[in-house]
Order: sequence, then C-alpha cells, then structure tokens
Amino acid sequence: MAIYLTKESKVLVQGMTGGEGMKHTRRMLAAGTEVVGGVNPRKAGRTVDFDVPERLNGLAGAPSTVPVFGSVREGMEATGADVTVVFVPPAFAKAAVMEAADAGIGLAVVITEGIPVHDSVSFTAYAASKGTRIIGPNCPGLITPGQSNAGIIPADITKPGRIGLVSKSGTLTYQLMYELRDIGFSTCVGIGGDPVVGTTHIDCLAAFEADPDTDLIVMIGEIGGDAEERAAAYIRDHVTKPVVGYIAGFTAPEGKTMGHAGAIVSGSSGTAQAKKEALEGVGVKVGGTPTETAHLVLALLEEGRDVTHS
Amino acid sequence: MDLYEHQARALFQEYGIVVPRAEVTDSPKEAREIARRLGGRVVVKAQVKTGGRGKAGGVRLAADPADAELTARRILGMDIKGHTVGRVMVAEPVDIEREFYVSYVLDRAAGRFLAIASAEGGTEIEEVAAVRPEAVARVPIDPAEGVTSSKAGEIAEAAGLPTQTVDVLVRLWEVLVREDAVLVEVNPLVRTEQGRILALDGKVTLDDNARFRQARWGAQDAEHDDPLEAEAAAKGLNYVRLDGEVGIIGNGAGLVMSTLDVVAGCGARPANFLDIGGGASAQIMADGLSVILSDPSVKSVFVNVFGGITACDAVADGIVQALDAVQLTKPLVVRLDGNNAPRGRALLEERAHPYVQQVSTMDGAARRAAELAAAD
Repeated sequence: MAIYLTKESKVLVQGMTGGEGMKHTRRMLAAGTEVVGGVNPRKAGRTVDFDVPERLNGLAGAPSTVPVFGSVREGMEATGADVTVVFVPPAFAKAAVMEAADAGIGLAVVITEGIPVHDSVSFTAYAASKGTRIIGPNCPGLITPGQSNAGIIPADITKPGRIGLVSKSGTLTYQLMYELRDIGFSTCVGIGGDPVVGTTHIDCLAAFEADPDTDLIVMIGEIGGDAEERAAAYIRDHVTKPVVGYIAGFTAPEGKTMGHAGAIVSGSSGTAQAKKEALEGVGVKVGGTPTETAHLVLALLEEGRDVTHS
Repeated sequence: MDLYEHQARALFQEYGIVVPRAEVTDSPKEAREIARRLGGRVVVKAQVKTGGRGKAGGVRLAADPADAELTARRILGMDIKGHTVGRVMVAEPVDIEREFYVSYVLDRAAGRFLAIASAEGGTEIEEVAAVRPEAVARVPIDPAEGVTSSKAGEIAEAAGLPTQTVDVLVRLWEVLVREDAVLVEVNPLVRTEQGRILALDGKVTLDDNARFRQARWGAQDAEHDDPLEAEAAAKGLNYVRLDGEVGIIGNGAGLVMSTLDVVAGCGARPANFLDIGGGASAQIMADGLSVILSDPSVKSVFVNVFGGITACDAVADGIVQALDAVQLTKPLVVRLDGNNAPRGRALLEERAHPYVQQVSTMDGAARRAAELAAAD
C-alpha cells in the first residue's frame, strides 16, 4: 500500500524537457515509475524518447516514449495522471503549481529549490483549497521502493520493506535509507527544507500510522521553526507505531541560515535541543548520529520480533 | 537578508508611511551638520543589524549640533553584540504620546503570514507578549486577499489600535509583498502629541530566494562581516564560518549539519558549515578546500559525502583534481559512501596523497578528524 505513491500512480513531469527534468525522468522510468507525460506548452504534441537500458526490480529495459502535453489538464485528460513532479525554475514554479492545482491533480511534488516564500505561501494555500497535496518545495520527492519514484531520490539505495521515513533533508534521507538498506522501506518522503512546505511531518506521521505496510517510522528533522515540536505532540496523541527520530543542527549558531532556507535558529526558537527534548518527552528515541539512529531502529525491530514471537 | 534601520526607514517612506526626518553618516562632523539641519536637538542611533542597541548605549539623545558630533564619535566604532557600528542615523526627536507595535511575520506552521499588533508595549513587546498575551493580537492573513482596509481595520480593532493606524497597516503589507520581505516590523509605531502616526523604528528581512526579481537589492547589500564568508559567497559556496578547528565539507544541507554535530560529539569543534550540493565538481571542491584551508584555526579537514545522485567516483575525481590545484597543508579525512563508493575510494587510494586518509564510516571519520585536530 505505502503512502501517497504506489505502482498505480500515473506521473506527469512539469519541466521534463529541461536538463534536470530529462535526467530525472530517465531515472524515474528506470525505477519503474509510470511516467505518462511531460508538460511544456511550447513543446506540446511532441514525444521524447528515454533510453532506459536497464530497469530496477527486474523490469525489462526499453526505450520509453513519453508524450509532451501543453498543460497539466490536457495530460490528465489524456492519461489519467494523478501525480505531477515539478522541475520548473523558481520564477515559474508558482504558475506551474497553480496550474496543476487548477487541473485538480491529487499530488504535486515540487522539487525546485529557491522559490520565494511569498510564492510558496500562495500556492500551498491555493492547492489546499483545490484538494491538491503538495510535497515540497525544495525537496527530493518521495519513493515507494519497488513501486514508484516521484522526484530525485536514488532508487537503488534500498529495497521494499516496512519502515516509513519522513525527512526535511535529502542527503540525510539517503544516508538513513543506506544504513537500513537491508531492512527496506514502505515509503520515504522528503518534505523539504523551506520555511513553508505543503506536506508536514505530521501529515506523513498520520499517513504512516494508517498504512498497514508500515511498522515503524523514522522522522528526521533539523533546526528552524517548530514542526518537530508539533510532530511530538501529534505522536503523543495519535501515533501508536514506534517512532525513531534524528535531529540535525545542534552546533548551528543563532541567526545563520544553514544551507536550507528554513534551517535557522531565531533567538531561542528552532533549536535542535528543544526538538530533541520534545520528541524524547513523548517517548520517541532520538539518535545522536545517523548511524546511531539506524541502530535504534534495528533494536526496536528486534524487540518487536521478540514480542510477536513470545 | 536583514536591512539596516535606515534602509527600512527609506522603504517605509517610499510606501507612504510617515517617518521622522533623519540622515545617515559615518562621520561625526557630518553628524553635527545633520543635527543643525534638523533643528539642533537630535537622536543619534547606531546602525547595526541586531537588537538591544538602546541597552548597549547605541541610541542617545544629543542636545545640540556639537553634542551630536560628540555622541556620534562615541557611538561610531562601538561593538554591539559582535557588530561594529560603521554608521549612525541622526534623527529628529519625536514627542511620543503613545507607543504601539505592529508587524507581519511568517507563521511557518500555518504557511501564512500573520499580523501581530498591540496597543501596549512598543519597545517592550516581548515582555507584554509573555506576561499579557491577550494584549497582543495575532491575525492570520489570507494570501489571496492580502491586507485590505477592512482587514487592516480588523487587525487594529483586535489590537485596540486607533483607526489612524489602518492606513499604516495597509501600506506595511504593500512593503511586505512588493519587496518580497519575510518580516516587516514597526516598533514602536507612535502617536505624537500632535496626533501624527509615525514609524519610529523598523525592521525588514528580505527573502534571499526572491533576489532574482528584486533587482535593487544587489549582492553588496548582503554584507558579510567575515572575510572568509565574503570570499566563499563570491565563489558561490554555501559556507558559514564557525569558531572551531575541524573544517567540514559535505553534500546536502542536512548531512552537513549532521556532520558538524557528529564532529562536536567527538569532542572537537567544527570550523565551518560548507555544503557543496549535488554536483561536487573538481572546481567546487577546490574552491571549498581553498576557503577552508585559509582559515588559520583549521587543524584538520573532514570531507563527508554520501553519493546519492552524485556518484562517489565523480566526487573522488573532484578531490584528486582539487589536490592538484590547492596546496594541501592540513590532514584531510575523507568518507565516501553510497553510489559507486568502492570506485571512488580506489581513485583516492591511487592518488596516495600523504595528507589524505580515508575512513569508511561517518562516525569513524569524524572521530579521526577530531583526533588529528587535537594532535596538531
């Protein structure tokens, strides 16, 4: 089952014909994603051939011919697409997401980094009013290993399994996927490192809690805002599955943006320490390093196994 | 990017918000001239991008032009929370009848902007918010509608502000939207004894992501106090200088933040944050290394890369080429993992640089880099 993305998902790519769009569409196809079209009003009616020599998961490699549509609506009408992945540059991202929401798509995964926050505020509010879920912006997307990959997360790190992962950071997602590659994941969601994102830790926690294919949840946070503190309160009240946490940015100085636009400690708010304490306060085990976090996961899974067997 | 008070003041004025008459200078003599033009009695205010200026003695009243010169001389060059005062604003004094607080801030959790306003406090707003939160109105703004006169009326009413402030609230929203600001604050907004509404002090934070459509705020406005940060910014590197001894290079903001923490957990202090992003080309690696090596407090360098999209052999290739371009003077610990890691490690082994050593795990490599820094 997984969350948000399955093998049934039909995926459009906005900005497919650009450099990043081409590269990652090929990778998505190789991961088994059903990419049904690109969107570019200036190239509508054409097709793009992606030579995918070898697919993961035992799928046969073959050239994949992907049509380009003039709009998200056209693409949806022609293919039944229900997911769009947005690679368009920051200046055009707002219009692209608004268009996707207007067309009534269920999920828009916004990879683009560097979108002005006023634009993100506008399109997340607009998408919510249209019933479109946004993941991102400034995120690596999400992957349901063995089924589908919407975004730029490498598909060959790990295999299908029963851990759900939600993270603000791309590379920390990859690191944890790698550490736990032999266990495998149901779905990994990179929600993005911007101050305003469409899908939050809490949304993913709720989805993983309801997902019969997920046994344990890994939640990765970082400095800035209070999303992790809110997530902790949500876990206390609504999550029965075990959650393991990791927080980055203990050594970040106050007032400096650490790479991600949202990663900033302002005054005494948004510190890693406060986030760790909030999570531990509701019984979440928090790892000191990514490796230690993976070990906590392994130990909990081991414990669960013992309990089931006794 | 934060603006200086005088830049915020100029913006407010441009949008029709009334501000006291004032000029900016870096010279005490000129401060005297400005005071003369403004009628003699003035306020001299340090221009620094930090709060608590008043308590630090950076805001002072001067009785006449000669006193303005003396006062400016005292304030210029002062250190306020690590910021050196390079300029002062000389402003006309205002007879305050009442002080208010108004701002628009980003509510990250709600994904909306929020108007915060209070008829109490002004400069003591934080205390008011802590002691009497009911005296501080918080009104979420619908991004599709913005702040119209009727919305501004709602904010003013919720905060108990006089109706005269409605116009300021609308104009302040214009500043926020048109300038792509993520924060605008007027503190205090005052009513003078003559009944005028004036923005006495202001803070504006602009969105760095919007620079592509906000041409007037050039790179020169993003002032870096630290020369290494300025050099790194000029090379397009995502670098923050810290005060430790282990230089850090990594890919991805989250992984780099985590690397700093892991190094700190080994008893060493990270010297910097440097995210080379997804590409990790030889040029970026060489630029990054040269910035880090020119930091005299760096004793060892830790390169921590997880190959996700980037293959580790490409990263190793970048390191090898960088080693030809940059004279390595400190030990370099490299950890490569993920995509094509064995090939990347083999490439570095082949290069066999005497200062380069590889450790296969992140925690182990951090420990090694910390040991090397301590041994130096």
